Amino acid sequence: MAQIRIENLRKDFGSFTAVQSSSFTIEDGEFFMLLGPSGCGKTTTLRMMAGLELPTSGHIFLDGDDVADRPASKRDIAFVFQMFALYPHMNVRRNISYPLVSQGMNRAEVKRRVEEVAGILGIEDILSKPVGGLSGGDRQRVALGRAIVRRPKAFFMDEPLGALDAEFREHMAQELRALHDRMGATTVYVTHDQLEAMQMGDKIVVMNHGVVEQFGVPQDIYDWPATLFVAGFIGSPPMNVLEFDGMVGSGSDHVMLGDARIEVPRQLAGAHGALGLGVRPENVHLDEAGPYRGRITATEYLGTTQIVTLDTAHGEVKARIPSDRPARTGQTVGLRFEAGAITLFDMASGRALLSEANREVLHHG
Amino acid sequence: MSSYSITAPTTAQKWGAGILVVLYAVITILPLLWIVTTGFKSQNDAIAYPPSVLFEPTLEGYVNLFTTQTRISDEELAENPPETWYDEIAADRGMSIVGPSRFGGRFLNSVIIGFGSTFLSVFLGTLAAYAFSRYKVPLKDDLLFFILSTRMMPPIAVAIPIFLMFRSLGLSDTHLGMILLYTAVNLSLSVWLLKGFIDEIPREYEEAALIDGYTRFQAFVKVVLPQAATGIASTAIFCLIFAWNEYAFAVLLTSGNAQTAPPFIPTIIGVTGQDWPAVAAGATIFLVPVMVFTILLRKHLLRGITFGAVRK
Repeated sequence: MAQIRIENLRKDFGSFTAVQSSSFTIEDGEFFMLLGPSGCGKTTTLRMMAGLELPTSGHIFLDGDDVADRPASKRDIAFVFQMFALYPHMNVRRNISYPLVSQGMNRAEVKRRVEEVAGILGIEDILSKPVGGLSGGDRQRVALGRAIVRRPKAFFMDEPLGALDAEFREHMAQELRALHDRMGATTVYVTHDQLEAMQMGDKIVVMNHGVVEQFGVPQDIYDWPATLFVAGFIGSPPMNVLEFDGMVGSGSDHVMLGDARIEVPRQLAGAHGALGLGVRPENVHLDEAGPYRGRITATEYLGTTQIVTLDTAHGEVKARIPSDRPARTGQTVGLRFEAGAITLFDMASGRALLSEANREVLHHG
Repeated sequence: MSSYSITAPTTAQKWGAGILVVLYAVITILPLLWIVTTGFKSQNDAIAYPPSVLFEPTLEGYVNLFTTQTRISDEELAENPPETWYDEIAADRGMSIVGPSRFGGRFLNSVIIGFGSTFLSVFLGTLAAYAFSRYKVPLKDDLLFFILSTRMMPPIAVAIPIFLMFRSLGLSDTHLGMILLYTAVNLSLSVWLLKGFIDEIPREYEEAALIDGYTRFQAFVKVVLPQAATGIASTAIFCLIFAWNEYAFAVLLTSGNAQTAPPFIPTIIGVTGQDWPAVAAGATIFLVPVMVFTILLRKHLLRGITFGAVRK
């Protein structure tokens, strides 16, 4: 098992920069998520870590050794591909044993290890089947089996649940997390699905356009986004950002949104110009006594909660409120934002302004 | 598309289609049937006009094909009575077998040159196709086009330069020369066909093998080659058919040592002129290997023709 440290990793494909100067550290035993929209460089980062792409520059430390120029076969890592990449001309047993055979392990030991892994994954009964006829879930398990049978230093997974049906995904995600907890191996997992990342990861790196936007535990990233991109990418519906022109002084604990005075966490740095007030939908409350007003344009019923879309003087706001709270389209209502949960953004740079509330998170990342 | 129909064909349509297929099959098979039957005819039946459809089959043609004979008198025949069935067939026509003909050697040449060049075309083609498919090759598209362009004229158009080149290199009438020549002609087909097949094999298989601790070459041999088996088989058929049937270069460049069967067969001349049954017998035997090879691999052949048209 291993710690993985990425330092200033960069990858150019011709004139296109897929990954620029990424740095982060994955601690031993962590379930680590690389999250971002397609084309953000997360898969390229993972492939460089695995040795399937050579970095243009930068370092990859696996347990202290710089492995950036070492071939994949010499890194002692396992990779689970999105399309599983099971060898189609071999049966399940041979697929799982294939990495052991390359090490020249004796046959009795190979057999023992394969059966042990099959036991862990619950696939003992399909060992002699060809991989062609297997269901998506079983293919997934075989792919995992091929990965864990070697007891590698780390597992790299590239959207391993992407090819599965939605209902089965949930189940497999739990299985995967349980397997990780049991093995305790460092796992790096690429996904574009923020829910999957939040649900499974110990830590998340959010990437966009080849740049690391934020790095931290899921809750910190959700509550205290470091950039507008993270605010918009994480959460469904995403964070509301009300744009306004104004200024906020260092030490200030409120901003003026038009005539409305909105309380915010105490700011540690001043800013002026185009600013954004970020607040998660669940921190927006319909309250006649609230300082701000909006007109309801739509409601979506989601069972225990409903999403209310409001039109305000500073753009659209979505609120997540209990279903039993009456809300009619066309109604104008008062709004209150939870003061302790607001992030201010500098719209020009796209970065969050430092406040007492997000100081630790932003400094850490 | 609007012309696409999912209704079942009517009985009339089925019959119509059936008749067309049978008609086409008859037209295609008739010359083959003619050759096969002629091989079993006597010399008189073979040149009879109107052609004799019903005839007494004889192995005369085959015996003549494989043997060299000389005319003997009745007295000599009485002294040396025929010992075997083929001696007897010759004796019936007043001939005596003095040894094997050159047909066996020519046929063997065909096998060596045909299969040799097929192997070389497929071997080199697979390596080249893999490189074109997986690696960043400078000027890749231009190189592929250049390779294809070697097929834009009939190969025989360059017969004279090749003839002169072979003569000065000492490759005329050698097995090696013919193998190289047929390989050169087949290579463009082989590279293009195989590239299509290898492109269809997801890279993840090789990457999985690399991660699993194998070298690039091991991954190629153990993972890519088994996946490309269909493509390799169909490419091999196409290459073999060309090399096996090739006539013009064989006439031009071979005369004895490396002469293949196609230029040899028409030259079989009996004592009484062109020995048509023997020629037909040679053609029949010559057809068999490619036929067997093709029937064995026909499934792959079909995929080879339609490759890339449908995603699996």
